[in-house]
This record gives sequence, C-alpha cells and structure tokens, in this order.
Amino acid sequence: MIKKIFFQSIFFNFFFIKEVFPAESGGMPQLNPEFWISQIFWLTLTFGILYLVLSKLILPKISANLELRKSQIQENIEAAEKQREDSESKLKEYNDIILKSKLEAKNIFKNTRDKVFKDINSKKETLDKQIDEEIKKAEKEIGILKKGAPEKINKIAIETSLELVKKLIGAEVNNSSISAIVDDLSKRNGNKYYGN
Amino acid sequence: MAANPMTQFEVYRIGPEIKLGAFDISFTNASLFMVVSSLAILIIFNLGSKKNSMLPNKMQLLAELSYTFVSKMISDTAGSKAKPYFSFIFSLFMFVLFCNMFGMIPYTFTVTSHIIVTFILASFIFIGVTVIGFIKHGFGYLKLFVPSGVPIVLLPLIVVIEIISYLSRPISLSVRLFANMMAGHTMMKVFGGFVISLGIVGGWLPLSFSVALTGLEILVAFLQAYVFAILTCIYLNDALNLHH
Repeated sequence: MIKKIFFQSIFFNFFFIKEVFPAESGGMPQLNPEFWISQIFWLTLTFGILYLVLSKLILPKISANLELRKSQIQENIEAAEKQREDSESKLKEYNDIILKSKLEAKNIFKNTRDKVFKDINSKKETLDKQIDEEIKKAEKEIGILKKGAPEKINKIAIETSLELVKKLIGAEVNNSSISAIVDDLSKRNGNKYYGN
Repeated sequence: MAANPMTQFEVYRIGPEIKLGAFDISFTNASLFMVVSSLAILIIFNLGSKKNSMLPNKMQLLAELSYTFVSKMISDTAGSKAKPYFSFIFSLFMFVLFCNMFGMIPYTFTVTSHIIVTFILASFIFIGVTVIGFIKHGFGYLKLFVPSGVPIVLLPLIVVIEIISYLSRPISLSVRLFANMMAGHTMMKVFGGFVISLGIVGGWLPLSFSVALTGLEILVAFLQAYVFAILTCIYLNDALNLHH
C-alpha cells in the first residue's frame, strides 16, 4: 500500500514539473555570440600563458627530476651489483684460502709424521745394531773366558793341591803326578762343573 | 533558483566592460574559470616539480605520474617524432581536464561546455597539424587522401570522402567535448530539479540517480579530456608519419 502511494506520488509529480522549469526564452546560451570574442581572447591568453609556463619552466624541471632519479636508481643498482660481485669474489678467495691452508696443514702433518717415523726407525735400527754388537762382544768375551777357564782352574787346582799336600804331609810331591790326577778328575767331572 | 537547466551555461560579465577596438573582451565567468584552471595547473605542477627527492611526496608523485602518463600516451600513438609537441599536448590535456573537473563542483561554470571554446582549441589543432604535415612532407602530404590498395574506379569517391572526413575533424573534435559536457551537466541539473519538485516523498529516486550521475560525469570529464588529447595525438601521427 505504501509502495503504491510512493509510486503514485512519483508519477503524479511529473505533471507539476513544468512549474519547476518555467518557460524562458533562450535555448542554448552557447549559441549566443555576445561573449564569443571575449571567450576566444581569454582562452588564447590563459592557454597561451599556461603553455608557455609549462613548457619553459615546469615540464623541463619534471623531466630533469625523472631523469635524475632514473639515473640515480640505475647507478645504485649498478653499485649494488658491483658490491655483490665483489663480495662473491671475496668469498671465493676466502674459500680458496681455507682450502689451500687445509691442504697445507695436511701436508705438513703428513711430512712431520713421516719424518718422525723415519727418525724413530733409524734410531731404533742403530740402537739395535749397537745392542747386537754389544751382545756379540760380550758373547765373544764370555766364549774366550769359558775356553780359558778349565786350564786356569786345573792350574789353580794343581797349585792348591800341591800346597795342601805339602802342608798335610810336609813332603814335596811330584808336580807331574798331581797334574795327572787333576786332569783325570777334570776330564771325568768337567761336565758337572763347567757345563761343557 | 536557476530552474532552467540551461541557465548554468550562461556567460555574464564580471566587473567592468573591457573593449579592445570594436571587440568586447570583458572578463566573464568563463574567463574566471579559465584563469582558475590554469592557475590550479600551474600551482600543482610547480609544487610537484619544486624539489626532487628520491622518495617523492604526494605533489611530486602527482606531477610525475601525469608527466609519464601523457608521455606514454604520445609515444604510443604518435611515436618518438611527436616529442617536440609534448608540452603542447600536456598543456592541452591538463587544461581540458581541469576545466571539466572544475565544472563538476556545484555553482561553477564549465568552460568546455561552450562550443566556441572547444572549437577554437580544435581548429587550432587542425590548422597546426595541417601546417606541420605540409612542412614535413610538402605536397606529398596530400597523399593522406589517397589510401593505398583502393581500386582505381573507387578512387575519386574515396578521395572525396577522405577530404570531407579530414575537414570535419575540428568539428567532430570540438562537438564531441562540448556535447558531452553540456549533456552531462544538463542531465544533472534536470535530475536535481526532480529532487526538488518530488520533495521528501519521491525525491530519493532522482537523488540517488543524481549521485550515480555525478560519478559518471567525473568519469566522463576525465575520459573526454583523454579522448581530446589522444585524438590530437592521432592527428599529429597522421601529419608526422605518413602511412598511406
């Protein structure tokens, strides 16, 4: 119902629109030539001044600003690129150095280890040789001593038995008879005493 | 209240009558808005070009965006040869745009809604483009009227049509802008009148329509300035790069 009244009121209102736009002599004011010359004059003047000021003063400045900014940005980009390259090469260098030093350290370690081993080995060898020599020498001496020992013992035994016999019975016994007895004994019991 | 939708286009004198010889060049409301538009353009672009910071402020951004917009428009339509005419097309575009936009403010006057203004602009462009064409190509510019690849039988007809279309350029250019501006403002005035006459009961419908129309008219104001400038570029392209 309200809707109907609303649309009716709109509809009927159109009949009164005539009152809003009172009849007036006129038509288009644009076609009235009264101020044409004035409009042409002022248009030429304002547009001319606008064009002159824009083209001589303002637009070159804007253009220069844009160019400057463009070149600045370009420069900055280039500088950044250069720095990036620099840092990359630096990083490469650094890596190279690290790799190189690692290799060097390994080499040094290996060399020193080899040297130390060599030293130790040679020392060991000389020591072994020395020890062998000493042992040989000692064995030789022992051998000589061993060879000489029974004779000496026999001699001592003959002397002591001579002395003993002299003291016991107070008579000189024949040297050759005693030595025969000792020889006989030592031959019989030599194994027992000297380990021959 | 100015009830007639056409009264908004009336020109009246502001201040004393000025005479230059036999001609009346009095300062009128139309002159006022030409001056206001030009001053607004100059102030905005002067502020926008004053200092150059790496991070532009709003004014600078506005000026530089407009510059690149017009520059791109010209290079897209007329090529690199049109570079010397950049400042003219830029001023033209800005002038028409600002006149249109100032006309959208209530109680103002729309300079471009007058056929004489748009016709003077359009005929200046027409004459300028024709002169440029003859300077660049001599009488070879007349080849513009003879399209290639047309049968000889049809040629007389085509040439006549081409000449008529060429001569009607200033009229079509000026009438397009003037008619758009006048029609839009008349429509808005009519719907505004409806709001008053229908009152509180039925006025809402034309009011909402009027709001929508305002948005449309702002779009049209920009679009017509753009069309005016781009058609100038196209005519200039014809004169600079003779393709036919």
